[in-house]
Amino acid sequence: MIEFFQMGGYAIYVWPAYAITAVALILAVVSPLRRRVQMIRELTDIAGQHDANRSE
Amino acid sequence: MSNNSANWLTRFHRLGSPPSFYHLAGMLMPWVAVICVALFAAGLYWGLVLAPADYQQGESYRIIYIHVPSAWMSMFVYAVLAASSAISLIWRMKLAEAVARASAPVGATYTFLALATGSLWGKPMWGTWWVWDARLTSELILLFLYFGYMALVVAIEDKRTASRAGAVLALVGVINLPIIHFSVEWWNTLHQGPTVTKFDQPSIALSMLIPLLLMASAFKFHYLYAMLARVRVEILDSERRTAWVNALVTQRPS
Repeated sequence: MIEFFQMGGYAIYVWPAYAITAVALILAVVSPLRRRVQMIRELTDIAGQHDANRSE
Repeated sequence: MSNNSANWLTRFHRLGSPPSFYHLAGMLMPWVAVICVALFAAGLYWGLVLAPADYQQGESYRIIYIHVPSAWMSMFVYAVLAASSAISLIWRMKLAEAVARASAPVGATYTFLALATGSLWGKPMWGTWWVWDARLTSELILLFLYFGYMALVVAIEDKRTASRAGAVLALVGVINLPIIHFSVEWWNTLHQGPTVTKFDQPSIALSMLIPLLLMASAFKFHYLYAMLARVRVEILDSERRTAWVNALVTQRPS
């Protein structure tokens, strides 16, 4: 197990490479998912305001 | 034309309409996610645990399983960006514009990863983080092309004009793709030559090739997922004043 994490002495190159990749790939997916939720919330608010104006 | 094929064409045409694509993407995404995670799990286990060390590079070569898929995807996504740009210029198809806009930041991510992981691989193998050779420089230019496209598209107020301007830039930049691919053959470079895409026989052992292909497929599905998620945001944004988006947001419990 320890041997695995040492990567034959190349741990300081191999693991940062994998860490950067993991972070970048997750961000690339999470950011549009969050933006969609935000946008729907924003559009729901706008639609709600329109309805309120109409009923006045 | 037979009734059947006309029917098929209408269906295909309808798929290109923003509301249908929005819903189709929403249905596909969970499946794409499951396949993507499974491919990553298999590829990582095979590549990091099962595959043997390289006889020359030792364990450091394991960066190949993220470096090469990133580099391939950086070019593949640019090809998608260029193709959808061409379609949007010729047929004025809104969906193609959305695919182009959605692809650029994902492609830029892969390009950044190809450069960063390459740097972390270059340091122990070549003794340097960076050299201004043809392969690395042309890949850096690819990153700037993506940035240029993204900056141009947000800088122009009118969305459709912005997409058209971006499309022209994307198409001009296509010239960089063959330069990246052949750079290791045309110029002297520290970068190793192609190992997998050689025409005769790949110079990589099967035990290393399989995990590499698994990881490459995982990246493909990652792109598909990220692109679909971004296309949905693009569609919502550009269709925000339409009846169907209004119905969508008011039905939803908030």
